[in-house]
Amino acid sequence: MKVIALSLRMLRRDWRSGELRVLTAALVIAVASVTTVGFFTDRVQRALSDEANQLLGADLVLASDHPIQHDFEQEAKRRGLRVTRTLKFPSMVLHAETGQLTEIKAVAAGYPLRGELHTVPQSSAPTNATLPEPGSVWVDPRLASRLGFNVGDPIELGNSRFRISAVISEEPDYPIGFFSIAPRLLMNLSDVAATGLIQTGSRIAYQLLFAGEPEAIADFRAWGQTRLTLGERLEGIRDARPEIKAALERAQKYLGLAALMSVVLAAVAVALAAQRFVQRHLDGCAMMRCLGAGQNAILRLYFYHFLLLGMAASLLGCLIGLLAQEFLAHWLSVLAARQLPYPNPLPAIHGFACGLLLLLGFALPPLMRLGQVPTLRVLRRELGIPKAMGGVGYILGFAVIAAMLLWQANDLKLGMYVLGGLIVGAVLFACIALVLLKLLGRLRSGVGVAWRFGLASARRRSSGSVVQVVCLSAGMMALLLLTLVRSDLLQSWKSSLPPAAPNRFLVNIQQDQLQALHDFFADHGLDQPRIFPMVRGRLTAINGKTVTSADYPEQRAKRLIEREFNLSWAREMQDDNRIVAGRWWREQDTGKVMFSVEQGLAETLGIRLGATLTYDIAGVVLSGQVASLRKVDWDSFRVNFFVIAPPGVLENHPVSYITSFYLTADRWAVINDLVKAFPNILVIDVAAIISQVQKIMDKVVRAVEFVFMFSLLAGLMVLYAAIVAAQDERMLEAVMLRTLGASTGQIMRAQLSEFVAIGGLAGLLAATGASALGYVLASNVLNVAYVLNPWLWIIGSAGGVAVVILACLPQLRAALNRAPLQSLQSHG
Amino acid sequence: MTENRIQPIVQAVQLTKQVPNGAAYLTILQDVSFTVLPREAVAILGASGSGKSTLLGLLAGLDTPSSGTVKLNGVDIFALDEDGRAALRAGMLGFVFQSFQLLPALTALENVMLPLELAGNPDARMQAEHILQHVGLGERLHHYPKHLSGGEQQRVAVARAFAGKPKLLLADEPTGNLDSATGAQIIELIFVLNLEQGTTLLMVTHDEALSRRCGRLLHLTAGVLSE
Repeated sequence: MKVIALSLRMLRRDWRSGELRVLTAALVIAVASVTTVGFFTDRVQRALSDEANQLLGADLVLASDHPIQHDFEQEAKRRGLRVTRTLKFPSMVLHAETGQLTEIKAVAAGYPLRGELHTVPQSSAPTNATLPEPGSVWVDPRLASRLGFNVGDPIELGNSRFRISAVISEEPDYPIGFFSIAPRLLMNLSDVAATGLIQTGSRIAYQLLFAGEPEAIADFRAWGQTRLTLGERLEGIRDARPEIKAALERAQKYLGLAALMSVVLAAVAVALAAQRFVQRHLDGCAMMRCLGAGQNAILRLYFYHFLLLGMAASLLGCLIGLLAQEFLAHWLSVLAARQLPYPNPLPAIHGFACGLLLLLGFALPPLMRLGQVPTLRVLRRELGIPKAMGGVGYILGFAVIAAMLLWQANDLKLGMYVLGGLIVGAVLFACIALVLLKLLGRLRSGVGVAWRFGLASARRRSSGSVVQVVCLSAGMMALLLLTLVRSDLLQSWKSSLPPAAPNRFLVNIQQDQLQALHDFFADHGLDQPRIFPMVRGRLTAINGKTVTSADYPEQRAKRLIEREFNLSWAREMQDDNRIVAGRWWREQDTGKVMFSVEQGLAETLGIRLGATLTYDIAGVVLSGQVASLRKVDWDSFRVNFFVIAPPGVLENHPVSYITSFYLTADRWAVINDLVKAFPNILVIDVAAIISQVQKIMDKVVRAVEFVFMFSLLAGLMVLYAAIVAAQDERMLEAVMLRTLGASTGQIMRAQLSEFVAIGGLAGLLAATGASALGYVLASNVLNVAYVLNPWLWIIGSAGGVAVVILACLPQLRAALNRAPLQSLQSHG
Repeated sequence: MTENRIQPIVQAVQLTKQVPNGAAYLTILQDVSFTVLPREAVAILGASGSGKSTLLGLLAGLDTPSSGTVKLNGVDIFALDEDGRAALRAGMLGFVFQSFQLLPALTALENVMLPLELAGNPDARMQAEHILQHVGLGERLHHYPKHLSGGEQQRVAVARAFAGKPKLLLADEPTGNLDSATGAQIIELIFVLNLEQGTTLLMVTHDEALSRRCGRLLHLTAGVLSE
């Protein structure tokens, strides 16, 4: 207890003298960064899992892409379960000549079986009417605001007109605001048929909802599991909303790794600050040893000292994280969609532990050396301490960081990639920074006295300068990548689209509408677009071997196998397609069952040229060989198909048609006419979808940017720690310059030039790194040509210089305000 | 009669320096007054803690007195601001310190060039090279201080002090950190350069033998000056 009390007293003294501020700030930033992400993703995660049954709207859901057999409903009722049906499909909603693509949900009596449906204007009380009356619909606030209508207004949906009777304020199975795209509309199931929207080829999700006692549900699930046909699946509470969960898990993983970036940088700051702390406490420790304190006593004293500090800093970091995540949630308007559950303490515990581990790994090694200080130092100040511990001591620190990275990545391969990338990146940046600093040092004979002095100082403190440059550039690179490079990439991608690329897709066109649609285009003076037939079929076997999603580890392959494919037929190959293997069919192949498969799909599903594919098309089995593999230019935005057959193969199966065309902005009214004339045809506005996807992307990027702000702060902390570490030396230099007759301006310029060199180099490196990553993303992910943006270097280096100067100005002032003799004597 | 017409280069007028010591003040210098004429070589002799270095710092304007003032070449240096004093130093003062005080980031040549460049001298490099050769370091121009011996470092410091042809050289225990043989060489060098350039020399030391080489001796005892 005595030791702890003494440690506390020493902590108070050191705090007063400002010795511990950098170390504390670095810890606080690291813990705040980790807890912000932890709290935020945990809350969204729990919003999904805590209320999973509400999100599902039931205890168990049978989802299908075709109408569900009656025996499921009968069996459930026989077992005493409550049952209801829903239908979901996308469609255009018209209001006062304006159309909006909307996700329609048609519900029947009993909905929702779990959770509550709240509407405005019935305030927040649960509504008595649990579903819209026939002839009326309920809409979500986004649809209301986009189309600008009020309760009581009429809308058109397919062939029918409806009245809006309420605006939904809360709804089960509502997508979490962060991830939803289209606005939603709720209608009565009995009204669906009259709209004429359910046709062959329509993309409809049929659902049967069940609720009851857990045991009864479990038994029923076991019963149902064996009776599922293709395209049907049972979803329980645990597997609710797998797509959102997967997206969230990915977001959590990457946000977590981004947060760790600040932990890595903070570790450097902690190590630097601890080094200086040790340096400044050598005399004190030598004196304590002289007065009879043993090595262990000194170590214990400082261990408690740092432990107390680490606990206080971690606690503060947790509090800041708590506030920051609340801000993040509001900023990304997640709460607008749904109230998130209260934060739970787990992320705070994790952050707290992270703070202590960081301190343990990076402050302890230099601290251990305090115990080894030779007593003789009281007489001979030049006696230092053995340095052998240095490198070995930090192994613990590196192990802590590596373990945290691997744990956060939750994937050994990804974790190793990130760790390897960090090490390679840091070494590469350090080497470049070292070479550039040496080069700059050489250039100094050609510049004025102030610059010569600054460049010489940067070079002399090269190890410190390199650490500063590398850490600062890491933080800046992340921000440049997320701001300038991102908008450049987006611009490149947008400009890679042909100017008159189709911007409207028409889906779900029926055979008997083809002539009328032809006439419609002619009447409106539009070019006749090419119309493609489309047949939906499920891939059931490759080379006679049945395939299921379980055969593929990759998510995309699983999805492709679970869903129905859109198959088409064509005599001629489209000009944006290119054969890469095999051959396109000839005239005499008409009627022969063979397929041309898109190259990417073939790779994903492991389909080779000559393989036999078996499709189930509405119950009819169709088998044929792969005659060719095609490369498709998807960026053309024209209609294209993964799998095509020759004419005479698919014509007798249920068919719908699809087309795409370019509509100039001034002719938007055509779409409203089209929706009125052909209510079942689904119009997809590509531009609107791109902008919606972009909005979601913006939110994700904003979240990542927010997290990277911590990295930049941590980078600045490293810079600050390094500057403070060299402060005594710098102070003496300023005083010497003063003694030799330098004016305030000259001293200022001399010191600034060192900071300009460090900030400028960090900015240049950050810009180069961000460009390189941008290039990799452009060529490997977006498949566009990346044009280097010279502003990146200009803004990067100017930003670097500005940031460094702002961070260093207080130190500079302190150096200038001191009486010269005072410093000379203290260093004499 | 002729002496009255020569303006003193240094004029200390009732210099007092006190520093706070708890609730009271500790007096380091008490009413110190003296003058030094151009080309004089003056030694200020005193025991450790007698206030020698404080006096030298005040004479150079590196610290401010509690009362009294210093005139260099007739200019009251404490009527100037910090930059004004720095400009005055750049124009007329040279320094040699006990602990050399070379800038570790700069080479020997750059260290010597520094005061010349600060004073805006366009031939800084040439003059610096010349004087370094003169002090026997022509082969060591591009060496950093850490690569030079103590004696060599002090030679660089002497070269730096004389490079700008100062009117007044202030030396603070210039041999304090050197062995006696090297110390003797450095003293020799200082006196040779002093004669060559006609500089006024004001040296602080506790070494009586060294002080006897100066034409005039001032004693400082517990902050009080006697001649």
